Amino acid sequence: MTNHWVDIKNADLVMVMGGNAAEAHPCGFKWVIEAKKHRGAKLVVVDPRFTRSASVSDYYAPIRSGSDIAFLGGVIHYLLSNDKIHHDYVKRFTNAAFLIDAGFKFEDGFFSGYNAEKRNYAKDTWKYQLDSDGYAKIDETLQDPNCVFQLMKQHYSRYTPELVSKVTGTPKDRFLKVCEMIAETAAPDKTMTICYALGWTQHSVGSQNIRTMAMVQLLLGNMGMAGGGINALRGHSNVQGITDMCLYSEVLPGYLSAPTDADKTRDAYLAARTPKALRPNQMNFPQNFPKWFTSLQKAWYGNAATKDNDFCYDWLPKKDAGYDVLAIFERMYQGKMDGFVCQGFNPLAAVPNKRKVGEALAKLKYLVIIDPLVTDTSEFWKPHGEFNEADPAKIQTEVFRLPCNLFAEETGSYTNSGRVVQWHWQAAEGPGESISDTEVVARLFQKIKAMYQKEGGKLPEPILNLTWPYRIPAKPSPEELLMEISGKALGDVFDPKDATKVIAKAGEQLAGFAQLRDDGSTTCGNWIYGGVWSQAGNLSARRDNSDPSGLGQTLNWGFAWPANRRILYNRASCDPSGKPWDPRRAVIKWTGKAWGGNDVPDMRPDAAPDEGVMPFIMTPEGVARLFAPAMAEGPFPEHYEPFETPLDKNPFHPENPKALNNPVTRIYKGDSEAFGKAADFPYVGTTYRLVEHYHYWTKHATINAVLQPEQFVEIGEELAKEKGIVAGDKVKVRSSRGFIKAVAVVTKRIKALDVDGRKVHTVGIPIHWGFKGVAKPGFIANTLTPFVGDANSQTPEFKAFLVNIEKV
Amino acid sequence: MALQSLDITRRSATTTPAPSVRQTTEVAKLIDVSACIGCKACQAACMEWNDIRDEIGTCHGVYDNPMDLTAKSWTVMRYAEVEQDGRLEWLIRKDGCMHCADPGCLKACPAPGAILQYANGIVDFHEEHCIGCGYCITGCPFNIPRLSKEDGKAYKCSLCSDRVAVGQAPACIKACPTGALQFGAKEQMKHYAEERIHDLQSRGYQKAGLYDPPGVGGTHVMYVLHHADQPELYSRLPNDPGISPLVSLWKGVAKPLATLALAGVALGSLFHYVTKGPNEVSKELEDELEKEDAK
Repeated sequence: MTNHWVDIKNADLVMVMGGNAAEAHPCGFKWVIEAKKHRGAKLVVVDPRFTRSASVSDYYAPIRSGSDIAFLGGVIHYLLSNDKIHHDYVKRFTNAAFLIDAGFKFEDGFFSGYNAEKRNYAKDTWKYQLDSDGYAKIDETLQDPNCVFQLMKQHYSRYTPELVSKVTGTPKDRFLKVCEMIAETAAPDKTMTICYALGWTQHSVGSQNIRTMAMVQLLLGNMGMAGGGINALRGHSNVQGITDMCLYSEVLPGYLSAPTDADKTRDAYLAARTPKALRPNQMNFPQNFPKWFTSLQKAWYGNAATKDNDFCYDWLPKKDAGYDVLAIFERMYQGKMDGFVCQGFNPLAAVPNKRKVGEALAKLKYLVIIDPLVTDTSEFWKPHGEFNEADPAKIQTEVFRLPCNLFAEETGSYTNSGRVVQWHWQAAEGPGESISDTEVVARLFQKIKAMYQKEGGKLPEPILNLTWPYRIPAKPSPEELLMEISGKALGDVFDPKDATKVIAKAGEQLAGFAQLRDDGSTTCGNWIYGGVWSQAGNLSARRDNSDPSGLGQTLNWGFAWPANRRILYNRASCDPSGKPWDPRRAVIKWTGKAWGGNDVPDMRPDAAPDEGVMPFIMTPEGVARLFAPAMAEGPFPEHYEPFETPLDKNPFHPENPKALNNPVTRIYKGDSEAFGKAADFPYVGTTYRLVEHYHYWTKHATINAVLQPEQFVEIGEELAKEKGIVAGDKVKVRSSRGFIKAVAVVTKRIKALDVDGRKVHTVGIPIHWGFKGVAKPGFIANTLTPFVGDANSQTPEFKAFLVNIEKV
Repeated sequence: MALQSLDITRRSATTTPAPSVRQTTEVAKLIDVSACIGCKACQAACMEWNDIRDEIGTCHGVYDNPMDLTAKSWTVMRYAEVEQDGRLEWLIRKDGCMHCADPGCLKACPAPGAILQYANGIVDFHEEHCIGCGYCITGCPFNIPRLSKEDGKAYKCSLCSDRVAVGQAPACIKACPTGALQFGAKEQMKHYAEERIHDLQSRGYQKAGLYDPPGVGGTHVMYVLHHADQPELYSRLPNDPGISPLVSLWKGVAKPLATLALAGVALGSLFHYVTKGPNEVSKELEDELEKEDAK
């Protein structure tokens, strides 16, 4: 979330799209109700199903799963053609005025630079025109045909309400009503918040779904405002923490881009990641990259990391290929992996195409499961009737189960969706032989290190020299770990403005990432968490909920990264002169000498408004990007159909069959052959969660099992009638990869949609069942889903695929 | 879950007057249907606090589960898909004991002290006195109490009288994530409901209102409904609930005979229960009552 949970109460309009907050985030959803009750806010829900969120909404519009960019692109078209944008904000705080290379084009579904063979883009035309000083050229009148504003207007001129309705199946009047509601928040003193989740990410165009909404929020001037923002509602209590700490292969802790084979030296690596400002006077905060990275190297290699050995840069693994979850299981499926350590993860259930995942696991020599529960994955080899037709005689994989503690059985920190790090205390001892995840990993590491010590082996140095400063090496404490993550001074740290002034003495915890250095005098395990454990102690353990502003900022409750800032880009909540756009919801303001107010300013504290330092300090241009060349599929989001689509052409590009799906998505051999066709599988399948369950865990818990005991799928009344299915019947749902059987829920809440002249039905498939647990045994829903992901993040396309359904 | 005897205003099959020197504030649970997302946290909390675990059932083709109230499910969410004037609504209602001011169950109950009404308005079952006759079910205009197959006794929501007695809100209130469930003095709850109704009216629900049916003297569980003129839309919430005339007769005109008759029935039932097990005698009586009821 750019904002935070409590801040939702400050919104005038709450939009729930690409998620179902009431279902998946019932506790956080209280702030939506709060906004309705005490602000008179409206709630609008756009979803293929009339969801639990929709049940308390003021307005609902249906949409075909997989057509969100068409919908939101249509919103952009509406805002631009009806002049419902926040002009000053757009002109000053976004790159609307920036001039783009004259060679940039969009034709026939592709942007300039497409390489069909490699399925990627050469981005040499996706760039700003620069002046002789290396700064981007701008046209403040927004009239230049090559300026972002004009290019954007041109791009979305095709997204007319008629075409939007044809692609999305949203009735035109409903679409326009939603546009009207959104457009009202273009007023400087009105805000919309958007709550989304996996309903946007789990598409082959997932990242672009979110980006389209970000553009909408920028056009409305809703970023940085109380009650605004782009708010990703993250998964279980610590998914935010997981991503922050780098459970993705392409980044290091704190979202530092990881070195690849191409980054031969530390200098080359740093140079490629340390941008120069693209406009005068901008903060260009990423220029500090070397400080963050060097401090991370010191956290890993301590005294062994010196300037002379490039702080052990050569010991870091360099990425040679994809290591996302699809890439890992593809590699395993090809028999190229011996072992797999599976910690807090149930991939047999959670990764698409269960058959493929099961066959992949069967090719391992060993599989280590670290989990508090008996997961379906840990019994992938065991026959469980129709639910898991395995043949143990043919599987040689040795499975080790290492029981670990549940969250309530250990002390540590969580980071919630609003980036608030909150300490929690152990409530009970774990049962039996279970120990904490940290201890499991630490003990494994101790053994591996001892083996390297004894036996040598290939390149033992990175293992033998790893910093391991914990009091009990086999059991690092959560306190030690958070202190290490937060950062401390190794030598005295001096004030950059006054070299005689020590701001942190050697051995002290640092106050924040501003004190990090690139000379080896500081250590920090994750720069964005800098200061969470300062000399003042563990700030994540603070529990002062006083809220002087009434905005719910509670600056002394826990610690929000970065720098305890609750609303990101909050400088954008003020006009260029430093006055809040909405004084009744002032987040910060310019006091004449400094920025201050109800949040930690996202701005250099003494940057006077007339210096022209722009609010989006993480971009070298200082403004937010309506045109974003970092995206794989193009700088403007474009609608492409899901890889399994009920349509035979992309209605935006009916003449170009190659523009049917995302042109840069990675597809493995064998998986494209397993894509189903609408002739055999005419219905749109989509998977989701239910409030009664949490993923594949709570099928082990009696109360949850009582509340929702048995696997079901949901279909609309019209489809049910066509298929002779009544509520309570057992049905079989098939995709080209397999089938599941479940009870049919027949509902008025899923309607057939009129899409491009045909009727499209949706089959809703909750995911929570499997063959282990106390709930009624069921099929793994991901038996049905395709092994293909988003082109930027590789998040699998769980939300839109093709199925057929029949009564059994 | 006894409170102090001073707080008891009515006791089933008992003629001695209740103590009345102490002033007690009437409490109420307010269920704001317009803020309820049907998450069933209330059901989970009810199971946890009361230490009851219903069976792991099956899916019947709807979201409801367990499908109905049972001796081990004292509250359930009921989901109704309603389409009126081209507008779809998913009306989700938490069902359970309404804690009537004039409780039909208590009036119908022949077992002394099996059903109590506290001065704060809570109607509570004391199962140790229950003879399993099931009259409370017949007497209830909301069809709430359920007989246990395990011990033959009737069970229902106690409004967590044990928690309320020590100044805590009921478990369901505490668990509700959206504030759809509120608890406090009944007057306060009515006040709060007014605000909610005003808000709903401003959103176009002209008929929004409070459900506090006078036919049972008002209730200590009230609903804020978007369509207060059509309560039956909410999974058959009765439009104008009242106590069966037979139960009224039983307690009214027949009252002079009540002591003797009740004692006889109770003793008989108890004797029967001890020698032959529950329900046979009561079944006959119940059928008779039902026949009368049907008229």
